[in-house]
Amino acid sequence: MKELKLMKGNEALAEAAIRAGCDAYFGYPITPQSEVLEYLSREADKRTGMVVLQAESEVASINMVYGAAGTGKKVMTSSSSPGMSLMQEGISYIACAELPCLLVNVNRGGPGLGTIQPAQGDYFQSVKGGGHGDYRLIVLAPSTVQEMADFVELSFELAFKYRNPVLILTDGALGQMMEKVELKVQKERKFEDLGWTTTGRNNGNGRVITSLHLKPDQMEEINIHLQKKYKTIEENEVRVESKNCEDAEYIITAYGLVARICNKAAELAREKGIKVGVIRPITLFPFPKKEIKELTKNAKGILDVEMNAGQMVEDVRLAVEGKVPVEFHGRMGGIVPSPEEILEKLEEKFIGGVV
Amino acid sequence: MNERRMLDDQHFETMIEEESICTSSNVVYDAPHKALYDTPMHYCPGCGHGVVHRLLAEVFEEMDIIKEVIGVAPVGCSVLAYNYLNIDMSEAAHGRASAVATGIKRVLPDKLVFSYQGDGDLAAIGTGETIHTCNRGENILILFINNGIYGMTGGQMAPTTLPGMKSTTSPFGRNVETMGNPLKITDLVAQLPGTVYVTRQAVHKPVNVRKTKKAIQKAFEYQQNGGKGTCFIEVVSNCPSNWKMTPLDSNKWMEENMLPFYPLGDLKTPSGKEN
Repeated sequence: MKELKLMKGNEALAEAAIRAGCDAYFGYPITPQSEVLEYLSREADKRTGMVVLQAESEVASINMVYGAAGTGKKVMTSSSSPGMSLMQEGISYIACAELPCLLVNVNRGGPGLGTIQPAQGDYFQSVKGGGHGDYRLIVLAPSTVQEMADFVELSFELAFKYRNPVLILTDGALGQMMEKVELKVQKERKFEDLGWTTTGRNNGNGRVITSLHLKPDQMEEINIHLQKKYKTIEENEVRVESKNCEDAEYIITAYGLVARICNKAAELAREKGIKVGVIRPITLFPFPKKEIKELTKNAKGILDVEMNAGQMVEDVRLAVEGKVPVEFHGRMGGIVPSPEEILEKLEEKFIGGVV
Repeated sequence: MNERRMLDDQHFETMIEEESICTSSNVVYDAPHKALYDTPMHYCPGCGHGVVHRLLAEVFEEMDIIKEVIGVAPVGCSVLAYNYLNIDMSEAAHGRASAVATGIKRVLPDKLVFSYQGDGDLAAIGTGETIHTCNRGENILILFINNGIYGMTGGQMAPTTLPGMKSTTSPFGRNVETMGNPLKITDLVAQLPGTVYVTRQAVHKPVNVRKTKKAIQKAFEYQQNGGKGTCFIEVVSNCPSNWKMTPLDSNKWMEENMLPFYPLGDLKTPSGKEN
């Protein structure tokens, strides 16, 4: 029987972590994601014995994640924009040491201390590396509370499959809003020796988790290995959703919450006789380059909509290689665009519209 | 006559063959081969790190805990500790070793976890992690090597550099009015309810080496027996290269200058008594 609940996005994500058999959470309070830590503090230990620790800072949290992930346990943290900035050094170490773990960024408006309202200004930080050095996270962008829950287990699967940190990039609105969510059954917490983990020396010599390789030829080898891995991820793990693109004259690209608003805008457009489709990248890295190129090849124009000054739009432009004109509409600082506003911008930019 | 014969290789070989001496029944002193790799260390001559590494290895073997321990290496001179200690280890970002150790211990509470950190790592960039790890009473050992200087980066001022002590960033001596005071972080963590055993030792003389070994052993025993808090061992050490002294002079200087400021002995024991 389906288990349906009405839940906040942050709480659904936390509940999904418990049910996915997550072993440990290390985090620090920050709005608008504190419900994750609060929910887990209430529920996790008594139900599965999952470790939940409120650290003294995001810097400490991410390094606790690094330590615990090195043992092969399922480990996670969550934060919001300023906290994610603090974690970047640790994430770089985790990426280089190839430790599987789940990171969650409930994006708020920035830069600086910014606002606590939803935003997508952390796109570049999330998909282009974020910290120092050449590395990538696998980035999943949910657009519903259901996906906030579903992507937790998927993230752990991908993290362990590729020995790579996975980031769920969501925003303050998805974290705070309540929707119906179908929950999965409780998974057992399992623990096995993965062959590279530091769990106390077994047979053979001591194992080492490190991102330090002092000899340049060795460090280049590590880099080549990582890039090869990212390439494999790009080939195999692209996830994208498209709506009504087959006959569309214009296509809107958007991720996360904004994609839902764009679906409404596309509906309004069709009511007016303008054929509009929507492409929603679900994985922001790997980015659905081929899919966007293919789906937009007959379109007259693409409108990219984001809650930032224009970040994903760069990847959309790279994907279509100049073959389709790409325009951008964005709101910043915690403002969520409305469907009417998006349609108006589309008409204004491509049809010479209503203004 | 005897001496001449001993110096003569040929005679020596005919008299005693090596194998006949090196038997297990004759060994009075040997390296802890199981827990220590047989490889030259990169530490400068006279540095205390090598001694402390060896003590760790000896304790691991004697307590038979090689499979139980997981160590965390810092950023600093001992960044490559895992090249010498043959146990499972994790490298940590600068200052974060005790947070990394916390993460490991929380998911593997039955393992014996320790961090190995220098003064810059533990008492400057990692002060927050150090204090909060101790305040939470994580059941780990924090092993703190204090030589009052940044060794790996070439002799800059450390949080524990003495007043008036010269370094490349306090070339005229540490002026406490502009550069702040040396931080007695061991005294500080001893005040926290989360610590159970806090001691300050040294490794510049055989008697101190033995005391430090005893302290390390005790710390792992406390952790093994369920541990009711953090064990914190400071080892006051030297840095001949960056102090620009011979090893011998550096030990003398340490005794005359460091030890009055950082006096040796237990600051806190589980029984409340000083050993």
